[in-house]
Amino acid sequence: MLSKEEVKYLADLAKIHFSVEELDKVTAELSEILEILSEIKEVDTEGVEPTYSISGKVQPLREDVVKPSLPKEEVLKIAPEEQYGYFKLPRIID
Amino acid sequence: MDITSLTAIEMREKLKNKEISCREIVKAHLDRIEKLEPEINAFITVSKEEALEAADRVDEKIRNNEELGILAGIPIGIKDNISTKGIRTTCASKILENYIPPFDATIVERIKEEDGIILGKTNMDEFAMGASTESSYFGITKNPIDTTRIPGGSSGGSAAAVKAQEVALALGTDTGGSIREPASYCGIVGIKPSYGLVSRYGVVSMANSLDQAGPFGRNVLDTTLLLQAIAGHDEKDSTSMDLEVVDYLKHVEDHVKGMKIGIIKEYMDADEKVKEKVLNAIKVFEDLGFEIEEVSMPNLQHALACYYIISTAEISTNLSRFDGIRYGYRAEDFKSLDELYKKTRAEGFGHEVKKRIILGTYSLIKDNIDDYYKKALRVRTLIKNDFDKAFQKVNILLSPTTETPAIKIGEATDPVAAGYTLAINIAGVCALSMPCGEVEGLPVGLQLVGDRFKEMDIIKAAFSLEKSLGGVK
Repeated sequence: MLSKEEVKYLADLAKIHFSVEELDKVTAELSEILEILSEIKEVDTEGVEPTYSISGKVQPLREDVVKPSLPKEEVLKIAPEEQYGYFKLPRIID
Repeated sequence: MDITSLTAIEMREKLKNKEISCREIVKAHLDRIEKLEPEINAFITVSKEEALEAADRVDEKIRNNEELGILAGIPIGIKDNISTKGIRTTCASKILENYIPPFDATIVERIKEEDGIILGKTNMDEFAMGASTESSYFGITKNPIDTTRIPGGSSGGSAAAVKAQEVALALGTDTGGSIREPASYCGIVGIKPSYGLVSRYGVVSMANSLDQAGPFGRNVLDTTLLLQAIAGHDEKDSTSMDLEVVDYLKHVEDHVKGMKIGIIKEYMDADEKVKEKVLNAIKVFEDLGFEIEEVSMPNLQHALACYYIISTAEISTNLSRFDGIRYGYRAEDFKSLDELYKKTRAEGFGHEVKKRIILGTYSLIKDNIDDYYKKALRVRTLIKNDFDKAFQKVNILLSPTTETPAIKIGEATDPVAAGYTLAINIAGVCALSMPCGEVEGLPVGLQLVGDRFKEMDIIKAAFSLEKSLGGVK
């Protein structure tokens, strides 16, 4: 039902690298699952609205007031790499 | 006196009456943890020092005759997907192996405000994806009743820790049954609150429209006590509802006569011996004055597909934040930002997590979104309507929690697990699991389902049944 190329494309979108063996395994497993899940296509939902949120709650607005946030030093302490008070990343522009 | 075999409420009362100190309570539990952990492995992290310090603060309060919170001195375990300031929070994943949150989840803050004592972080399926606690990066947890069996999952560590008397209470999270199934397998009580009753701030999202945190305890009253402490609106979680919290403990013994229970017809196909125990509980409810009828909810047959499509779509979105940049694991040897992401996530996530991310991505891409994700949201409406219709007729819905008692380690082989718990999260209603008997020494769980924010109904019913079954422990 699902090809390895499709899974590779999805993995690319999801930013996950798969080894050759893993790709085989995931493709087989997902094909099996999708076969089970595809029964949903047969359900009659003509005229039925989708439910995104069960509460139907409208997101509330609040006053835009300055409040204390987490201390920068504490947040940077848990970063894998930091420099000059920023998260450090590989160069993205040549 | 074995302190660990007391109920949570008894511990608090003995503490208040100065029969025991908080340090003694905490010490007794830490000793038990030390003794049992090599076998059970319910904890990923035991926060011994912090717990003893917190105990001393409570003892200090008692010496000064200060007012105590409702959880005073009670040892509590926290599932490891709930953020604890200064104590690592791993989600049982390599990608967060060394992550120490700089803040507390709102529900952790509330436990501390009520003088509860956090003993540590409990094991779980990686990112709460699973029903056995076998997919943890930190090894499996064993069921304290029979260590050849799983404790259920994903909150298996919390359930096992409570059952093994390593803690009196614990927090879990439930996206499709992750509190109720382990409660059932471990023979304890677990409540999945209505969506929006309990703050999700600081609870690491798996499927944000389905996730709710909730309490475990060894009896209905203890479990209700923890629910009381954590329930209520939080301005930091815009999906939490601004409702007045019911005083559950005050009304737990209110009369139940004339309340209507609907047996969910579609969920009565469990193992015969399990069914027998459930039918026995129904008989007890009848004797207590409940009116019993059968209710058919035909759209429940689509709950499995609906659940997997919605939850994995949300998983693929929610887990995109784990990218190796701001916190958590980062792979070595990358030449580009793209490679950093892909290698970090390949090495940091376990197999089940990756599989679900890919499945969710599948149902969200342009070619599939109408047939899968949006279709599932429409089916969600149908399932919700079935619950709304049922609750027009009855106060409570009833079923077994699981088809069988706890299974053996390594036996869960279904590619996707169905069961009786998924639909409850889809509809956002509340439910609990409580023990209602045993089959060959293994507990059987009964699931009671209430309408949205009608936790009081199921708690009252559970309390009355527990009393009749003589099962307070």
